[in-house]
Amino acid sequence: MTKMNINSEQSRIALLFLSPALLSIFVFFFIPVIAAFIISFTDFDIYSLGDYSNITFIGFKNYIRLFNDELFWVSLKNTFLFVVMAGPLSIAVSLSAAILLNSKIVKLKSLFRLSYFIPVVTTLVAVAIVWRFIYHPKFGIINYVLGLIGISPIDWLGDPNWAMPAIVLMAVWKNFGYNMIIFLAGLQNIPTHLYEAAEIEGANSFQQFKSITLPMLAPTTLFVGLITMIGFFQLFAEPYIMTQGGPLNSTISIVHYMYQEGFRWWNMGYSASIAFILFFIIFIGTLIQFKLKKNHTI
Amino acid sequence: MNKSLSIAVIITLIFLSGCKNNSNEIRTINFWAMGAEGEYVQKLIPEFEKLNPGLKVKVQMIPWTAAQEKLITAFASNNLPDVFQLGNTWIPQFSVIGAIESLDNLIMKSKNVNEENYFKGIWETNRINGKVYGIPWYIDTRLLFYRADILSKVGYDSPPKTWKELFDASLKIKNLFGAVEKYPIYLPVNEFAPYVIFALENKATILRENDSYGNFAQKEFVEAFKFAMSFYEHNLTPLGISQVTNIYQAFRDEYIVMYISGPWNIKEFTKWMIDEYSEKWMTAPMPSKDGNYPGVSLAGGASLVISKNCNQKAEAWKFIEYLSDSKVQREFYSISSDLPALKQVWEDSSFKYNKHMRAFYEQFQNVVPTPKVPEWEQIAFSKIQQYAELTSRKVLSVEDAMKKLDKEVDNILEKRRELIKQKKIAS
Amino acid sequence: MKRIFIHIFLIITSIITLSPFVWMISASFMADGHANVYPPRFFPDEFTLVQYESLFSRLNVSVNFFNSLLLSLTVTVVSLLFNSLAGYAFAKFKFRMKDKLFNFLLSSMIIPAQVTMLPLFLMLKSMGLINTYFAIIIPGLANIFGIFLIRQYAISIPDSLIESAKIDGATDFQIYRRIILPLCMPILITLALFTFMGTWNDFMWPLIALTDNSLYTLPVALANLMLEHTKDPELMMAGSVITILPVLIVFLFLQRYYISGIMTGSIKE
Repeated sequence: MTKMNINSEQSRIALLFLSPALLSIFVFFFIPVIAAFIISFTDFDIYSLGDYSNITFIGFKNYIRLFNDELFWVSLKNTFLFVVMAGPLSIAVSLSAAILLNSKIVKLKSLFRLSYFIPVVTTLVAVAIVWRFIYHPKFGIINYVLGLIGISPIDWLGDPNWAMPAIVLMAVWKNFGYNMIIFLAGLQNIPTHLYEAAEIEGANSFQQFKSITLPMLAPTTLFVGLITMIGFFQLFAEPYIMTQGGPLNSTISIVHYMYQEGFRWWNMGYSASIAFILFFIIFIGTLIQFKLKKNHTI
Repeated sequence: MNKSLSIAVIITLIFLSGCKNNSNEIRTINFWAMGAEGEYVQKLIPEFEKLNPGLKVKVQMIPWTAAQEKLITAFASNNLPDVFQLGNTWIPQFSVIGAIESLDNLIMKSKNVNEENYFKGIWETNRINGKVYGIPWYIDTRLLFYRADILSKVGYDSPPKTWKELFDASLKIKNLFGAVEKYPIYLPVNEFAPYVIFALENKATILRENDSYGNFAQKEFVEAFKFAMSFYEHNLTPLGISQVTNIYQAFRDEYIVMYISGPWNIKEFTKWMIDEYSEKWMTAPMPSKDGNYPGVSLAGGASLVISKNCNQKAEAWKFIEYLSDSKVQREFYSISSDLPALKQVWEDSSFKYNKHMRAFYEQFQNVVPTPKVPEWEQIAFSKIQQYAELTSRKVLSVEDAMKKLDKEVDNILEKRRELIKQKKIAS
Repeated sequence: MKRIFIHIFLIITSIITLSPFVWMISASFMADGHANVYPPRFFPDEFTLVQYESLFSRLNVSVNFFNSLLLSLTVTVVSLLFNSLAGYAFAKFKFRMKDKLFNFLLSSMIIPAQVTMLPLFLMLKSMGLINTYFAIIIPGLANIFGIFLIRQYAISIPDSLIESAKIDGATDFQIYRRIILPLCMPILITLALFTFMGTWNDFMWPLIALTDNSLYTLPVALANLMLEHTKDPELMMAGSVITILPVLIVFLFLQRYYISGIMTGSIKE
C-alpha cells in the first residue's frame, strides 16, 4: 500500500467516527447560528407565528431599534456592571483561596477545598431561591448578621442600588470554587526551585508572589478570566429567579431581555438581534484578553 | 430515509384513525384547562359522558405560568386541542393568529348559550371585531379587599366609595399606625390592574386610532396615574415589592390594610384569616372617581374556545354548552370556588347572602375589557408596570413617564399599524 | 501562630460558604410560616416533613425528578458515545484539515448558546419535537468541550498499542471499544459527570423547550413553583433540597474525577 492509500483509508474511517458528533453539532449548533443571524434581519413576531407570510426582511431595523431602545441599554449596562464587579472579585477570591490552600502548613486541605467547591456543583436555580430568602429584608440571615454589628437592614433585592451587588455576591459565592481549582493546578505547576532560589536571594513572600507566582500564573489567569467573562456575560437565572430583572430594571441582563422579547412576547427577530449583540460583545472581550496577554509577555 | 418512512407511517395512522370516526364509534374531545381548573373540571366529565354516549372528554392540565407559551407553541405545531380554556385577555392574540374559531353561528342555534345570560362587560371581552370567539366559563374582576376593623377605627364604618375617601382613609390609617412600619394600602408596581382601573374610572381611553397607538399622555390617564402615585408620595404603600412575601400573612398582621385584587384570593384569605380574624376582612366594589359608585373595574376570567383545526366542532360545542349549563356552573363553583359566569347562578342564596360575594356581584355590573389587541399583554405586563415602577421611585415625573410609555407602546404596535395598512387585519 | 490564624480563617470562611445550605435544609423541615421569623432560625423549632409531603403528593415533584434523571442519563450516555468517537478520531487519525477543523470547533466555543436558541426552537417546533424529551436530548447529542476533553486524554495513548492491535487484525471499531474506551475510562467518567450535572442543572433551554408540567425538569418546576408560591419559603427550601441533593451525592462520590476534569480542561493551547 502506498502512503496515499493509507491516508485516504484513514480519512474515511475518521469521517465515520467523526460524523455523529460533527453532524449533530453542525445541524443543531452551526445552522441555528446562521439562522439566528438571518432572523435578526426580519420582523419575525407573533403575527408571523400564525402566518409566515407576515415575515418581512427589514434590514438593519432591529439593530437600529435596539440602538434607540432604553431598556436594551439598561440591560447592557447591567450586564457590564455585573461582569466588571463579579469577574475580578471572583478571580481575586479564588486566587486567594488557591494560594491559602496551596500553602504547605495547611492541614485537611481536601476538606476545605471541598467546602469551597460545593456551591459550584449545586443547581443554580435552587441556590438562587435560597439566596432570595437569605436576602429577605425582614427575615433574611444577612440582615440579621448585619444587625448584630449595628448596621440597619438593607432591602437587598428591593433597592435598585443594592440588587446588582447582591447578585454579584451570590454569583461569586457560586463560582469561585471552580476558578480556585484551576488556580490550584496552575500553582502546582510552578517549579518549586524558583521559590527556593528567591528565598536564597532574600525575597519576602510578597515579593515572591509578585515576581514568581503572578507571572507564572499569567496563562492560567487569562484562561480563568476568559471563561469567567464568557460565563458571566450570559447572566440569566439569577435575576430571573431573584428579582425578575427589577427593581427599576436594575438587574435585567442582556440574556434576560433577549428571553423576554423572544419567548415571552414572541418578537423573535428583535430577540435574535439582541443575541447577536451578545455574541459580538463576547467576541470582542475575548480578543481584548488575548491582546492584553500578548502585550504582557513581550 | 428512516425518518420519512416513519412520517409516512404516522400520516397513514392519522388518516386511518380519522376514517374510523364513524357514527357509532366513540369520539374523544380533547380539552385543555389551566392550573387547578384542569383538576377540578375532571369531576364534571363523567356526567357529560353519561349524557352524551359516544363522546369522551380527555382533559389535560397546563400550568398558568407557561400557559400562553404552551398554547402558542401548540398552535404553531398544529397541536391545539378541540376545546380549551383561554384567559379572556388572550382572546385577541389567539383570534388574530387564526388559532380559534368564531362561535356566532353556534350561539345563534344554541338553546342555552345566550349573550343575555352573561354580565355585559365580561361577554364583551370575547367579541373581537364584531365576532364572538369565546364563551365565559368563570369570571373575575378586581375590587377592594380591606380590614373592616381598622377602617372603622378611623371612622369608616363602610368602605371608601370615592377616590377622595380612599385617600383620606389611607391617610388616617397611616396616622393611626404612627411610626410603625405598616401601610394602609398595597399597590405593587408589578400588578398593572389598579393603575389601569383608575385610568378607566377617569374615563381614559388606553389606546387610540384603532388601538394602534398608545394614549397614555392624555390628561385623563395622567391624572389617574398621579392619583395612584399620591399613595407613594405620602408613604401610604410599600415601595418595592420585596417586603411582602405573603400578602395573606401581611393582611393578618395589619402590615397591609387594603388591597385591590381578585376573587382567587378569597380562598386564601379564608384560610389565613381564621378565628378572631375571620370577621375582620371584607370586600367592596372599587371606589369611583366621583359619586358613581361602584367604580369601573376590569372584566377578567376565563373563556372556553374552539380551535380552528378542530374537526368535530358540533361535539366540541356540546361540551361548551354542557359547561355553560346553570346546574354545571353551580357545581363547578362548589368544587373550584371560581365565580360562575352565568348571572342566573348569582341569584342563588349562597351568593346573595355571602358577605364576601356581594361586592363581586355589584362590581360585575360595571366591568370593561382591556384593549383587545394581541400586544396588550406585553404593554401591560412589561411597559405599564415598568413605568409605574419608575414613577413610584420618582425617577420620572408622571408626565414624562407617560410620554415615554406612549413612545414605547407606539413601537410595539408598529407591526399592527403596518398590517392594518395592508388590510391583513381588520381595523 | 500563623498556622493557627490561617486555619481559623479557613474554618470560618468554609462555614460561611456552606451556611446557605444549612439554612436551606433546616428551613425545609419547618411548618408554613416558621422560617419567616426574626431572628432567623438555623434549626427548626418543630421538625416536620410536611413540606416534602406536599411536594410529592400535591405538587407531584416525583414526576419532575424522574424527568431530570431520565434526561440527564440519556444525554450523558449518548453524548459520551458521540464525543468519544470524535475525540478519538481527532487524537489518533490523520486526515486532511484535521487541525484546522479542530481549531475551528474550539474557537466556536465562544459563541454563546443563547444565539442558537431561537432558531433551534423554531427548528424543533417544525419537527414537532418542542415539548418532548427530544427537545432536550437533541441539542445535547454532542458538544465541543467533550470532544476536546477526550481528545486531550486520548492523544497520550501510545500509538504502539493501536499498531499492535492492528497487526493482530483488529478493526478500527474494535480498537475503539477494546483499547481506547477502557484506557480513557477516567476521562469518560469525568465527562459523564460534567454532562450529567450540566443537564441536571440546566435551566434556560428546558424553560423554553418544555411547556408541559409533566415534562418539566426539576429546576424548571422549581422556578415555576417559586413564581407561584413566593409566599412559602419553607416549601421552596424543600424543593431546593430535592433538586440539589442528587447532584451533590453524585459529586461527592466522584469528586476526584470532576476536579481532574477541570484541570484537563484548563490546560489549553
